[in-house]
Amino acid sequence: MKAILRSRLTPLLALALVMALVPMIAPTSFHLRVAALVWIFSLAALGLTILMGYAGQVSLGHAGFLGIGAYAVAIGPARLGLDPLLCLLLGAVLSGLVAWLVGRPILRLKGYYLAIATLGFGVIVALILHSETELTGGPDGMSVARVTLFGWRVTGALNWYWVSAGALLVGALLALNIAASPTGRALRALHDSEVAATGAGIDVSAKKLAAFVLAAVYAAVAGGLLAAMNGLITPEAASFSHSVELVAMVIIGGLGSVFGTVLGAAFLVVLPQALTAFQEYEQAVLGLLIMVFMIFLPQGIVPSLRALIEERLP
Amino acid sequence: MDMPARLRPVLRAAAVMLATAVAGPALTGPAVAADPIKIGSVVSATGPAAFLGDPEAKTLKLYVDELNKKGGLLGRPVELVLYDDGGDANKARTFATRLVEDDKVVAMVGGTSTGATMAMIPVFEEAGIPVVSLAGGIEIIEPVRAFVFKTPHTDKTACQKIFEDMKARGITKTGMISGTDGFGKSMRNQCLKVIGQYGITVLADESYGATDSDMTPQLNKIKNTAGVEAVLNPGFGQGPAIVTRNYAQLGIKLPLYQSHGVASKSFIELAGPAAEGVRLPAPAILIDDKLADNDPQKPVVAEYKTSYEKASGQPVSTFGGYAYDGIQLVARAIESAKSADPKKIRDALEATKGYVGVTGIYTFTPTDHLGLGTDSFRMLVIRNGDWALEAPAR
Repeated sequence: MKAILRSRLTPLLALALVMALVPMIAPTSFHLRVAALVWIFSLAALGLTILMGYAGQVSLGHAGFLGIGAYAVAIGPARLGLDPLLCLLLGAVLSGLVAWLVGRPILRLKGYYLAIATLGFGVIVALILHSETELTGGPDGMSVARVTLFGWRVTGALNWYWVSAGALLVGALLALNIAASPTGRALRALHDSEVAATGAGIDVSAKKLAAFVLAAVYAAVAGGLLAAMNGLITPEAASFSHSVELVAMVIIGGLGSVFGTVLGAAFLVVLPQALTAFQEYEQAVLGLLIMVFMIFLPQGIVPSLRALIEERLP
Repeated sequence: MDMPARLRPVLRAAAVMLATAVAGPALTGPAVAADPIKIGSVVSATGPAAFLGDPEAKTLKLYVDELNKKGGLLGRPVELVLYDDGGDANKARTFATRLVEDDKVVAMVGGTSTGATMAMIPVFEEAGIPVVSLAGGIEIIEPVRAFVFKTPHTDKTACQKIFEDMKARGITKTGMISGTDGFGKSMRNQCLKVIGQYGITVLADESYGATDSDMTPQLNKIKNTAGVEAVLNPGFGQGPAIVTRNYAQLGIKLPLYQSHGVASKSFIELAGPAAEGVRLPAPAILIDDKLADNDPQKPVVAEYKTSYEKASGQPVSTFGGYAYDGIQLVARAIESAKSADPKKIRDALEATKGYVGVTGIYTFTPTDHLGLGTDSFRMLVIRNGDWALEAPAR
């Protein structure tokens, strides 16, 4: 039993199972759309899981990278006549490149200072998206061309459900493999103690930068998918509150746990929809639930529950 | 798992911040028995656009209650399914699918911002459910979409009103100074599109940034341009107030036209005595007490103002008026279609003629889904620190 709980592939199989089950029980395409949003935000939060959960570096500007990926898919086809799929890749590359350039100076910072620097980065991206009206359409956003995948025009909630689910599975597999690789071990080492990691021969700044770039690429792909699915993108995608939302997904689900990240994303995407019945008190109820989770499951949902189960098992 | 202790407070704080920021309250209408007619709405009742969305939400609830007190529509109660997108177009889109797929509404009043409306349009167009948007952008109705209507006037209407006034005064050459923010830019473009129809030419076309604190150089340039007979300032926020102050400081005696973007008391307060004599187009609700007794809009505006202020305890706003007109248009369409079928409601909406609303008098046609003329604006002049109705110069 413990072996199953600890196995690398268990969360992946569980995730695939859930993905296969949801369309069978979802009554309308509205529910499928919410599920697709969960997969997309999970993908963005997974990048943060690598950065925060594995490497222990915080980013409060991660929606900025999501915005870069989203606007690449919007601007490329509309202004430059490029293929949307190519733009998704270009957006990921661009986002990674920006992360590399920005990450080199700011990853020297630690704790609060790093949080503020990344926050600043996110704010700058949101500001550019707001004010470069000619290119981005300004605060009202811009529409995104329909995506054609090998001659197949992707529309409808069910199709987007499978596309986003597939992207998340690939992303999760990658994240799990990284965790088990020497890079993953190096990241965890520098998470625990940078001095000790340096002593063990790990190039700390290079590994941190790698995690930051990887997280940016994850966010950009998620942003591209979000823009393409909605057919419209606004600067709200890159806003500070969105960055905080991504961080909260990682923390609520369980820092460093892939399955936990998906659970955290599901929590924050589904809950506002479920709480509309609470009328004016929705915000308060949502805040209260998050506080309860943070107090009683301080390590996040999945790690706390796993620890609880392992304790009870012989 | 075991993250450095110094990071924990940051992340905890982030989680709590999220709790207050992520999602806003959404409201569902009162549950009514016996097969109600469901009308959906997505507005930005919280978030940065709350000053628009909050009065809209309150107005919708107020008038759906009124409808039910009068026995509903077609003998059936009316249920308002209201969601709050918090100013996020992505959330608006999700709620739009929910209204269509889950709640099965027959019509939708909403979309507070142009971004949210544009995000929702494909969902409703595909489902064939009529939308009456409460957002300003002209792209919502141009090109015309079969199922999309809107109630707020556009910048184009304001431009036309101003140019009508200039023409009546024999002004043929004007200077223009516009803000580079979204509002200023959009209005400048719309004005330049229609100006030719009035035989007016722009001799000087200047601009300023939304946060600039001095517009004297641009205004000096306009002042020194020979032949300019009036100056137009498309802008929003503090910019127009600074333009007005600088305009007085430079002693420019030409008529100054402001836009509907500054039609609020705070503009008069910001610009001070310099605002004397400034002309601008404004909706009727701003000057409800000064409307002529025979003005067809007077009773409608007065009734809305009294009901809204009594129900909400807050002063009435133009934005709530958009929602009033939206829900009334839909209610009238359902009654005249004698059916709650979305397609028939759409047809009845398009056939609306001479509906007297808070914002103006609406007449929709297959090519015009805004249905407002320049008579939805009143030309005002600022006298003694207050609005005064400008007698049309003929």
